[in-house]
Amino acid sequence: MTAAVAIRGVHKRYRNVHALKGVDLEIRRGEFFGLLGPNGAGKSTLINILAGLARLDAGTVAVLGHDVVKDYRQARRVLGVVPQELVYDPFFSVREVLRLQAGYFGLGRENDAWIEELLDALMLADKAEANMRSLSGGMKRRVLVAQALVHRPPVVVLDEPTAGVDVELRQSLWQFIQRLHHEGHTIVLTTHYLEEAEALCERIAILDRGAVIALDSKQGLLARGMDSVMFTVHTESPITQLPAALESKVKRRQGNELVLQLHRRNDAIADVVDELRAHGAVITDLHTEKPDLEDVFLELTRKERRP
Amino acid sequence: MNLRGFYTLLYKELLRFYKVGFQTLLAPVLTALLYLLVFGHVLEEHVQAFPGVRYTAFLIPGLMMMAVLQNAFANSSSSLIQSKITGNLIFILMTPLSHVEFFLAFVLAAVVRGVVVGAGVYLAALVFIPLPLHSALILLAFAVFGSAALATLGIIAGLWADKFDQLAGFQNFIIMPLTFLSGVFYSIHSLPQFWQALSHFNPFFYMNDGFRYGFFGVSDVSPERSFAVVLLSLALLSALTLELLRRGYKIRS
Repeated sequence: MTAAVAIRGVHKRYRNVHALKGVDLEIRRGEFFGLLGPNGAGKSTLINILAGLARLDAGTVAVLGHDVVKDYRQARRVLGVVPQELVYDPFFSVREVLRLQAGYFGLGRENDAWIEELLDALMLADKAEANMRSLSGGMKRRVLVAQALVHRPPVVVLDEPTAGVDVELRQSLWQFIQRLHHEGHTIVLTTHYLEEAEALCERIAILDRGAVIALDSKQGLLARGMDSVMFTVHTESPITQLPAALESKVKRRQGNELVLQLHRRNDAIADVVDELRAHGAVITDLHTEKPDLEDVFLELTRKERRP
Repeated sequence: MNLRGFYTLLYKELLRFYKVGFQTLLAPVLTALLYLLVFGHVLEEHVQAFPGVRYTAFLIPGLMMMAVLQNAFANSSSSLIQSKITGNLIFILMTPLSHVEFFLAFVLAAVVRGVVVGAGVYLAALVFIPLPLHSALILLAFAVFGSAALATLGIIAGLWADKFDQLAGFQNFIIMPLTFLSGVFYSIHSLPQFWQALSHFNPFFYMNDGFRYGFFGVSDVSPERSFAVVLLSLALLSALTLELLRRGYKIRS
């Protein structure tokens, strides 16, 4: 079956910056796919190439088999992109914006029923005639989602869709996106909220400094952290000094809380507790937990940065 | 061709200036009328550009064409730079519209604004003085093709400029002097030899002169020559604009 998105050997340079270094990636149809990476990893460049906002220097990108350069009209018809920036046209109302956007894709009044459905689903119906300028940030974000979906694209890319969005709206947005996914849409998500990716995505690619450093199912990625265990201790007063052997394992230190990343087999928790006590720590609470996607992500991207 | 897509973009561009009609349609008509009142009143008794034609009557076609050209330029350039700076241009760039459809929609919308403003100046001026009409077709041809040339120049300026300041520079240092020195207020035959010769290198002069011929049947150079220059200017500017749009100059990274 044709892949939803097929990215092969993509290179992109901006003057002296090699933003994408031969990226290969295949996103299957109907997948909820996460594209993660630190700032400057190349995620937005990749999405911009997909959307036709940036040109690739080498390689090919196809959406549902349609090359984004040679067959750009068809590629764009099957793709909807929710941009990261909160951009809008201040001249128009919400309904006008959606009708215009549908029109660019060759759709007329026959698409009005779908526009009404989108307005309802995204809780924008009572703001349909309001000018874009008068909307709150959250509502503008919902309009962006509606604009991306107005031509019913089977592949939807969401670039940081919940950045700066309150919890309630974030939940309702995810419910809506999950509904789309259940209806058969392919969803590609980039987010800084790794718990979102962990909760929603079936497969995840981690991009770092223009290259894919991991591509696996969510379970596969989480399993990579199975050798580690996160050990959290709370002490009466903040620990200021640690033995060198433990210092290298510190994952986070905040007030009276200290989080260490230990090796499941090589580090005995009892020994660590003894060492902390020997350094004057009075432990009031402790617990262990499995690493989450964030831990795996940080571990993988850190590895890439090690000389 | 994505006909509905093209039509939608054209409609959006028309709607954009219609929604701020006070600024985009009425204000330029008023400005032209103020020029007419001030210059017409001061120079009526002192200047005769064409034999048998009152100076105020001579002035009106020039002011009309100046308004047509400046507004055509302003429409495409301001729409493009606003969309670029606010970032909403991506909503057009991510669609199946081709660079040719993009070009045609922006140019046509700008032509409509230019012609509507020109017609507004004409109707308002008729209150003050009746004008002869030699050929409506010639008038329309120069207004449409002249404004199309300025609309393409507006797209180039909108693509090139990264901020409003740069666009204002383009408008104030290129468009404004070229329109002012195109014979709006005088016949180039009244100029010293050097300036007369220099005027022939200004394509705006031909737009103005041909347009004025449509009213009076009299012009500084032949209307055929003027029309050829207008068409050539439009063709060259269109070719450049289409190439810039095809490459995504400053809009697709």
